[in-house]
Amino acid sequence: MGRRGGGVAAAVGNAAAAVHSGMADCVIAFRSLAQGQFARYGRAGGAATVYGEDAFVQPYGLMSPAQRFAMKITRFMTEHGIKHEALRSIALASYHHAQSNPRAVMQGKPLDAAKYDASRWIIEPFHRLFDCCMENDGAGAVLVVPADRAKDMRHKPTYLLGVAQGGHHRSAAPVHNAPDYASAHFPTVAQNLWSMAKLGPADVDVVQAYENFTGGVLLGLVEHGFVKPAEANEWLVPENLFAPTGRMPLNTSGGNLAECYMHGLELVNEAVRQLRRTACNQVADAEVSIVIGGPMVTPVSSLIIGTEATL
Amino acid sequence: MSTNTTHSLPAGMPAPGREPLTETYWEGTRHGKLMVQKCNSCGKHQWGPEWICHSCHSFDLCWAEVARRGQIYSWERPHHPVHPALTGHGPYTIVLVELPEAGGIRMVGNLLCAPDAEVVIGAEVEAVFEAHDEAEPPYTLVQWRLIG
Repeated sequence: MGRRGGGVAAAVGNAAAAVHSGMADCVIAFRSLAQGQFARYGRAGGAATVYGEDAFVQPYGLMSPAQRFAMKITRFMTEHGIKHEALRSIALASYHHAQSNPRAVMQGKPLDAAKYDASRWIIEPFHRLFDCCMENDGAGAVLVVPADRAKDMRHKPTYLLGVAQGGHHRSAAPVHNAPDYASAHFPTVAQNLWSMAKLGPADVDVVQAYENFTGGVLLGLVEHGFVKPAEANEWLVPENLFAPTGRMPLNTSGGNLAECYMHGLELVNEAVRQLRRTACNQVADAEVSIVIGGPMVTPVSSLIIGTEATL
Repeated sequence: MSTNTTHSLPAGMPAPGREPLTETYWEGTRHGKLMVQKCNSCGKHQWGPEWICHSCHSFDLCWAEVARRGQIYSWERPHHPVHPALTGHGPYTIVLVELPEAGGIRMVGNLLCAPDAEVVIGAEVEAVFEAHDEAEPPYTLVQWRLIG
């Protein structure tokens, strides 16, 4: 699925393409990570001399993933007057859902607004500790087979209704010169996704949105049409995001922030569980589930799955 | 032109390597000049350095000196020390500066300010050339400070 979380939905899409074209009968899309002993997200910049784009950013102390994306978030939040509380709600949703998930790393470690507000800055003005994903070991996998074969298997099948991967115009331009800078780079991808699935945001029952950082979740939701920037402060409140009663249940297993950071593969697993009706925080009658892959990590990808009733 | 010999970040940060594509820029900074790529075919500025004009796809690029002033387009203030040299240093401010006189290209640098100073998007800034003469080879970073 590539080096980073931007490709998580595309990994499933590639598996589906292979199965659909007859190149394979059965493909496993997976992710496994062993972090602590090999690499730390909070550590970067091992080279004494840096070249290429790095030469124009690393000497200024801009080198970690959070640092690479933070100025997109500052720009977007400032431009649209969105408060940090909107991002806090995203973090609270993940932690809330993790409390009833026995697989979640953060089960038993609840988060509330006061604890979030008191947490240390990683980067001002929009990245506190709880806005950032975890580091952990783990693995996740998704089995993709032809639809007619899936019916013979033990679990209730879910169906891939749409998947798209790509960037946006010059989204990987060097030294922070992407024309549409304050973006997660989904505008074209989301358009292709909805078009393939023949669905729109209003048809989605439960949302899994990759949290590398909570600001990226906001951008991903905006660019898929779930949230309007002007309404983000009112829309992104805990009661809207918590399953089972929220208007837009978000990251219902705890996601990258509180279940397990598996480059979003765990979000695909959760999207499937919701449609199988086996989720810890089950959304009643969930028929359509979306997974938005790693935002800002261009090329990005997202997918939509549905139950048999949606075919 | 303004040259600083004090450094905004501690010693031991990564140093920019010299390479053919970017040599003109780094040479310019040693003399207090801000040099960026400009396309001979369509006249557009671009940053960072690339082998092709991304606007018209011409290979005929030259280097042009541009005004050493711009506006803060965005900013961040890291607290967590991701690099060993930053351990114990405390927060520092990174700005993305848009250069309106060079087609709106953007550059990354540090804002020379107090660690708790307010930063405002749109604020006018000018380049400060931060000489690292002790380095081998010596180089100069481009930092920014508020005008006025």
